[in-house]
Amino acid sequence: MSLRPDLAKIAENVPEGVRVLDVGCGDGELMAVLRETRHVDARGLEIDPELVERAVARGLSVIQGDADRDLTEYPDGAFDVAILSQTLQTAARPDLMLDQLLRVGRQAFVSFPNFAYWRMRAALLAKGRMPVTRHLPVSWYETQNIHHVTVEDFRDLLCAKNVTVEDCWFFSGGREIGRSGANWRAEHAVFRLSRR
Amino acid sequence: MASAVALDAKSIVLDAPLPLDSGQELPGVRLAYESYGELNADKSNAILVFHALTGDQYVASSHPITGKPGWWDRMVGPGKPIDTARYHVICANVVGGCMGSTGPASAGPDGAPYAMRFPVITIRDMVRAQVALLDALGIGRLHAVVGGSMGGMQALSFAANFPGRADRVLAIATTARHSAQNIAFHEVGRQAVMADPEWQGGDYYGKGKGPEKGLSVARMAAHITYLSEEGLTEKFGRRLQDREAKSFGFDADFQVESYLRYQGIAFTDRFDANAYLYITRAMDYLDLAEEHGGRLADAFARSDARFCLVSFDTDWLYPTAESRHVVHALNAVAAPVSFVELSAPYGHDSFLLNVPALDRVVKGFIE
Repeated sequence: MSLRPDLAKIAENVPEGVRVLDVGCGDGELMAVLRETRHVDARGLEIDPELVERAVARGLSVIQGDADRDLTEYPDGAFDVAILSQTLQTAARPDLMLDQLLRVGRQAFVSFPNFAYWRMRAALLAKGRMPVTRHLPVSWYETQNIHHVTVEDFRDLLCAKNVTVEDCWFFSGGREIGRSGANWRAEHAVFRLSRR
Repeated sequence: MASAVALDAKSIVLDAPLPLDSGQELPGVRLAYESYGELNADKSNAILVFHALTGDQYVASSHPITGKPGWWDRMVGPGKPIDTARYHVICANVVGGCMGSTGPASAGPDGAPYAMRFPVITIRDMVRAQVALLDALGIGRLHAVVGGSMGGMQALSFAANFPGRADRVLAIATTARHSAQNIAFHEVGRQAVMADPEWQGGDYYGKGKGPEKGLSVARMAAHITYLSEEGLTEKFGRRLQDREAKSFGFDADFQVESYLRYQGIAFTDRFDANAYLYITRAMDYLDLAEEHGGRLADAFARSDARFCLVSFDTDWLYPTAESRHVVHALNAVAAPVSFVELSAPYGHDSFLLNVPALDRVVKGFIE
């Protein structure tokens, strides 16, 4: 199984045998890998019924629901790890979703596309139009990504919410890159967070 | 009218009296059941399917009265989502029913039919009887319990009251409690039966044709709740039945009237009116939370099964919110649970009809 690099990074860093909630789990690709390689007890939440159906057909425990609304139904600290991959920017209120994530999970992994990636900036500067790229391939009016965010914006939010960054990783062109100049250089970011 | 049906089918008589939620006991309970597929050597491949209100044990074999295919023939059979080439599928007529299991039409201790002397039963009583059947068959732990509608209620009750007896619990188009609206519709049906002079206080066995008219009206009213408005409109609209113009009378001018009348009358050929009263009562009494100290999550606290709940977007009888309520409770006790709301045009009846997405979910969850 070959995972997207941000998911692979999350999979590597989830401890063995823990309880995991994957918010916006899609068809359960990451959950399946976590179950296989980390022997975790994985649960998922996904809004698209067809993706839920595929995940259930894989033998995964996935609930169809809206993360904006349904995360509140999980008890405090129900999971060791809560994962939000490529979903933050689709939330009605990403800040509230982050609160919920760190309420139901003792630790959280959050991955998102960095809107300050230099190609984005260049496209916006040169063309004066919302960039349509490999990773953000949909036009502005139909994209699910309603809250574009940059690495620095995200750090500011974490700071304002007193959330601790346990670790972070950055990716460009499908490869991991260093931390320096990440707000320019990273297409994708993955953060491991906790509230200590 | 159907009452006590003589069946040349599998049945057992429980050797101990069945304790009931009412505090009474029912002696000599007979359970008629059907089974499909081979039970393996360690008896680990059994699936118990629970039937709905007007269903029966003929889940995948033709009905002895109507001659129609089994009610879930599309789901249960060799190579089907519940694959009888791999699993041993058991389906029993519920206690209180009229297809060979002990019910109000059965002879009581004095040899006369119980009629209204039959004790009021609950969903949990139905489940308790079927657990006794499993005990008699020597099946300790099921691969899965599966049911839609009232069958789903039994599946949830099974999970709550007999933890450790099933690996998987699949509950489709169902609820953990009957709502005021659910009870109200059932009451209309019961009053229709009881208002028919032929009902005779329930004592109609061997005395005339029984409350066919009342039961038929009950079935007509109930049938509406099983369909979506969209489905009814698509199927019938305002189209007239075999005529060019309205008759300015009270014949079945409209196709939908004709359809409901047919459904009502056909139902009386295969169902006992008193059984209808008792089974609808059992459903009305269902409140799994109430049984477990008022908190639904506590009902599932000791369960070690995996759960899957499925609802349909056009089902207004047991709408998605009811399934979500159960999912919420299961989440609260960290039970492994899947849930999906499927889109299908047929209302509550979607669980019985051609919904390929349901087939995939059932197959995926069972395996």
